[in-house]
Amino acid sequence: MRNAFIQELVSLARQHPHIALIVGDLGYSVIEPFAEEFPDRFINAGVAEQNMTGLAAGMASEGYHVFTYSIANFPTFRCAEQIRNDVAYHKLPVTVVAVGGGLAYGALGYSHHAVQDYALMRTLPNMMIAAPGDPMETRACMRYLVDNPGPSYLRLGKAGEPNFHAVPPKVAPGRWLKVREGCGKRAMLSTGASLQIAMDWVSQDEYADRTVYSMPLWSMADKAAQIEALRQHEEVLTLEDHLQDGGFGSWLLEARALVNDLHCLIRPIALSPKVCGTVGSQVTLNRLGGLLL
Amino acid sequence: MNSLHIDSCNLGRRMRVQALQMVHRAKASHIGSALSICDIVAVLYAAVLRIDPNQPTAIKRDRFILSKGHACVAIYAALAETGFFPIEDLLKYGQDHSVLMNHISHRVAGVEFSTGSLGHGLPFGTGKALAAKRSNQDWRTYVLLSDGEMGEGSNWEAMMFAAHHQLDNLVAIIDYNKLQSLTTVDKTLRVEPLADKARAFGWAVQEVDGHDHKALTEMLCAAAWEPGKPSFLIAHTTKGKGVSFMENSVEWHYKTPSADQLAKALEEVKNHA
Repeated sequence: MRNAFIQELVSLARQHPHIALIVGDLGYSVIEPFAEEFPDRFINAGVAEQNMTGLAAGMASEGYHVFTYSIANFPTFRCAEQIRNDVAYHKLPVTVVAVGGGLAYGALGYSHHAVQDYALMRTLPNMMIAAPGDPMETRACMRYLVDNPGPSYLRLGKAGEPNFHAVPPKVAPGRWLKVREGCGKRAMLSTGASLQIAMDWVSQDEYADRTVYSMPLWSMADKAAQIEALRQHEEVLTLEDHLQDGGFGSWLLEARALVNDLHCLIRPIALSPKVCGTVGSQVTLNRLGGLLL
Repeated sequence: MNSLHIDSCNLGRRMRVQALQMVHRAKASHIGSALSICDIVAVLYAAVLRIDPNQPTAIKRDRFILSKGHACVAIYAALAETGFFPIEDLLKYGQDHSVLMNHISHRVAGVEFSTGSLGHGLPFGTGKALAAKRSNQDWRTYVLLSDGEMGEGSNWEAMMFAAHHQLDNLVAIIDYNKLQSLTTVDKTLRVEPLADKARAFGWAVQEVDGHDHKALTEMLCAAAWEPGKPSFLIAHTTKGKGVSFMENSVEWHYKTPSADQLAKALEEVKNHA
């Protein structure tokens, strides 16, 4: 996903002279192609995330679409108030990019575990969450965000994720992207890089009938639009590498509660808080957290 | 130098009158903080900022950001008195559904950026200054901060960045009245030696009497004082300036003037030469 991100960003920057990239002193062996081709639009803000985000908002207020880039919680929680007040409240085109979503940096410890980020971003009016499930969805989301400028959060995995789409799919906020056809009215709906885990679930007999969907774009404003999709299903199992509280499944349950004639059962599969404070590989922690069968 | 041809002393006096009336009507706080910056803001709007009230978003305008957003009545008054919006709109300050919020709001014509939480204005202004440099535009960015606000680490992050990138189109003005929320700055979280700190961070530094219009005008019009360096103006001020019983008093960070106190304050301000 990291590689798709930087390739797509370079491609978009060639078409759009207002795209800029600010990194928080991270991105070694990732961001170089952009920095080399667009030195006037690349800034390393140093280890100073509050300023990185505030100055991104300032540049955005003068016509730039700024991507801020760092690892896990550094571009999000460390500068949460700058995202809330400077970016989201002013409706400025800043895309906060976090690499290492979920437990991708599992061995690096709790400081590097991004398992509460949806909860933070979900509560901000005007904020679009982009959590692509594979490199193709990453490209599709980035194109959408540049074509529809505003405050946004792009949550990436790490590197080496498989593709589940042959080409960048057509994405839209709140849209369910069908990734695998099932044979009944039961579904799995994932967001972010846990799409790969959803595909592993349906390879098991017990879940083999399920249609798998990915939702790479969602926000506070897209809940009401979920009702129609939910009406088509008897049961939806949501999957996310994030804690349940304030997460994606919680968002869908809130959407379901908007009406009282829905019979669709929603079962949110999310990380157990047991992963907080535990160190291990991404697979080990996802298993401990209850995401793996 | 701007082209509004307004007398800054007269503007400052009218701003104080409006600010006192607004805070009294809305039963609001922070009048001491607003009176502290009235002269700095009057000089900016009357003599320094290249702005046009009829084109508040003109690309070539200078950008002014109030980082100490709680002192917003001074800015609302300056904007109304210079024609950005009708003076009678000031009556809506702090009322239900008003855009004139009690911390400065970008929904008001002429306001660039909403603040209220301290330590946000300088990083944002730094981004604007960087954008101007990268697009070869000659407008300037001015950010007005409070002294207590220098406790926010984000300001020092922005100061490192602005110096590193040689943003000499950026001017930070510190409203140095030496009082903050509960007591003096010195007793709370010492900021001295402020000038030395700013110099050590790579900024050109000047100090001025923050109520001396002539000195403020000369200093602000002459920035950047050193090519390649952002400018840091330490404006020595008096909290509550212009109303004797509000000067240098922490309680007027919070208190609302009563009808009697308002009458006394207006008399003092209007009679001030």
